[in-house]
Amino acid sequence: MKAQQDKQKKELQFDYKYGFSMPEKSVYKAKKGLREDVVRMISKIKKEPAWMLEFRLKAYKIFLEKKMPKFGPSLEKIDFDDIYYYLKPTEGQVNSWEDLPAEIKETYDRIGVPEAEKKFLAGVSAQFESEVVYESVTKELTKDGVIFCDMDTALRDHEDLVKEYFGTLIPAHDNKFAALNTATWSGGSFVYVPKGVKVKLPLQAYFRINSERFGQFERTLIIAEEGSEVHYVEGCTAPIYTSQSLHSAVVEIFVKKNAHVRYTTVQNWSTNIYNLVTKRAHCGENGFMEWIDCNIGSRITMKYPSVYLHGEGARGEVLSIAFAGKGQIQDAGAKMMHFAPNTSSRIVSKSISKEGGRTSYRGLVQVSPGAKNSSVYVSCDALILDEESRSDTYPTMKIKEDDVEIQHEATVEKLGDEKLFYLMSRGLSKPDAESALVLGFMEPVTKEIPLEYSIELNRLIRLEMEGSVG
Amino acid sequence: MLKINNLIVSINDKTILNNINFTFEKGKTYAIMGPNGSGKSTLAYSLMGHPAYQLSDTSTIELEGTNITEMEPHERAQEGMFLSFQSPLALSGVKVYQLLQLALSGKKDPLQIRNEAKAYAKELGISEDLLNRPLNEGASGGERKKMEVLQAAVLGKSLLIFDEVDTGVDVDALKSISKFLTKYKKDKTYIVITHYNRILHYLKPDQVLIMVEGKIVKVGGPELAKKIEDEGYETLT
Repeated sequence: MKAQQDKQKKELQFDYKYGFSMPEKSVYKAKKGLREDVVRMISKIKKEPAWMLEFRLKAYKIFLEKKMPKFGPSLEKIDFDDIYYYLKPTEGQVNSWEDLPAEIKETYDRIGVPEAEKKFLAGVSAQFESEVVYESVTKELTKDGVIFCDMDTALRDHEDLVKEYFGTLIPAHDNKFAALNTATWSGGSFVYVPKGVKVKLPLQAYFRINSERFGQFERTLIIAEEGSEVHYVEGCTAPIYTSQSLHSAVVEIFVKKNAHVRYTTVQNWSTNIYNLVTKRAHCGENGFMEWIDCNIGSRITMKYPSVYLHGEGARGEVLSIAFAGKGQIQDAGAKMMHFAPNTSSRIVSKSISKEGGRTSYRGLVQVSPGAKNSSVYVSCDALILDEESRSDTYPTMKIKEDDVEIQHEATVEKLGDEKLFYLMSRGLSKPDAESALVLGFMEPVTKEIPLEYSIELNRLIRLEMEGSVG
Repeated sequence: MLKINNLIVSINDKTILNNINFTFEKGKTYAIMGPNGSGKSTLAYSLMGHPAYQLSDTSTIELEGTNITEMEPHERAQEGMFLSFQSPLALSGVKVYQLLQLALSGKKDPLQIRNEAKAYAKELGISEDLLNRPLNEGASGGERKKMEVLQAAVLGKSLLIFDEVDTGVDVDALKSISKFLTKYKKDKTYIVITHYNRILHYLKPDQVLIMVEGKIVKVGGPELAKKIEDEGYETLT
């Protein structure tokens, strides 16, 4: 058993600590840099309808006009001219594991994708470079009228649905990176759950970037009709490269009356990647939106999943973990907008910083006039592992209604020597003791994510801790 | 078993233990008594290797012939030492099962650990609910001490130091802890740090050590504990 553990550990270390890359075999690669002709080219290759091309071109203009964000970590090292904006790995889509190109399969085998899926998952959709190349949706889903496919397919096969919702929650002018994504998007997932349908098993997608200086701009759209339920899970791991990479996604979610959507992310981008993501959900009457967001990797992450509580009695939750190691900045948080009476929101943020890493909680809670009897709960806890590391909290509350219940808690703690000594006196090595305490700190969030992800997350943290102690 | 030579311990340049020499023999039970601030807990912490305590260059600690003076706490644990804390901390998000599994990783099967912990918990009167909560979260003083004793039993160490396991414990809890420790004594070595004679009625020490101002000032049989209880420490100094 010990030998097996060691072996697993070795494999994991290989995957996550040093990264790996497979030879590129791209069928098409756009030139570096973003110009109007590149945007046109992307749309043409995908054989998109004219309205989408218009959408992209408009967004491209907005991207040029928009300034970089005025808050958060510096993004000045991103060189937009040094990025490929489109790559198409293989012609067409494959529906089974066997049909995948050998090196893609090998990559997935290394991160252990398919084994876990076979047991737990209803549908699989894995993104390799910019297009979903592997996807299997069970008959069960199709029978219930659930649509789960990549965005390119959705635009082709369900154009009306896409046209009705695409970009309505996060318009291109929302921010510079939303504009960039709208102009250059490729891949991502589309989920449609019809009225009253409850999808029992989580829908799952894996994302990878496997090409140097290649920006990935996936676009995800989830529509949960009245009384429906769905849990979507995305997990990312990426090989490590020497130059900068950009991942800038947009996720739009529509939670209709009495519907429930849970969106879980386990993000472990390699530490050269800028991860700048806009995620937003619109929540109707008595709807319930949950974001569970775990950020372990990337060089800089800026991500503030938000819920717009438009319907009476709507609920929104953001549970998040941010882990910042050497050279990393995790600027994460949440945004809750209360527009209707009896709405409630809950934000639980746990951040860990070590070896000079920085975490920030940046949150906004807004309660509009008339959103009576609403409740707000914000709790952000930071754990700092050493003297060089840092954690900041930027909570903003704009409360324009008197009849509101608000709770806000924030704690900052250091990993206590006494706790470490206690655990070590029981026979735990220092890294074991530290990771036990870190995992314990994260437990309120990790217990909410699917088992196989929490196991992977725990292993990752364990490896991170091992690295921090000489 | 445990041989302490010339143990001089300081914290923040203040000397707490001043030249302690003693050999604890295998399988015996020792009581250590002494007024507050006499250095009893410091002795327990330094034996377990707490990093805040500085040992003089001449100090040595030997466990079963192995020099453990320079060892990390977890290495000492692996050599067979266990320390039951005077004020056990609560650990958020870490259950006693997880702690024991990590401590015994590769040595004992997780299922066996769980079964043993459950069985010992029953004997000690620890509720299922407490076992399944993060360690010591919302637990009373008595429950925390019981949890220490439970861990000692599952970890199966040979030299056990109990730092005031009887403090903050009611009569019934004291009884069940004492009974438990007596039942599983076997060939283990116990070092019991205490202020009170009552636990010693159950554990029946072979020797009683009296510490005053960082030194062992007197060593005697169980009658010494009785004498302390009746007359206090003043007659000794």
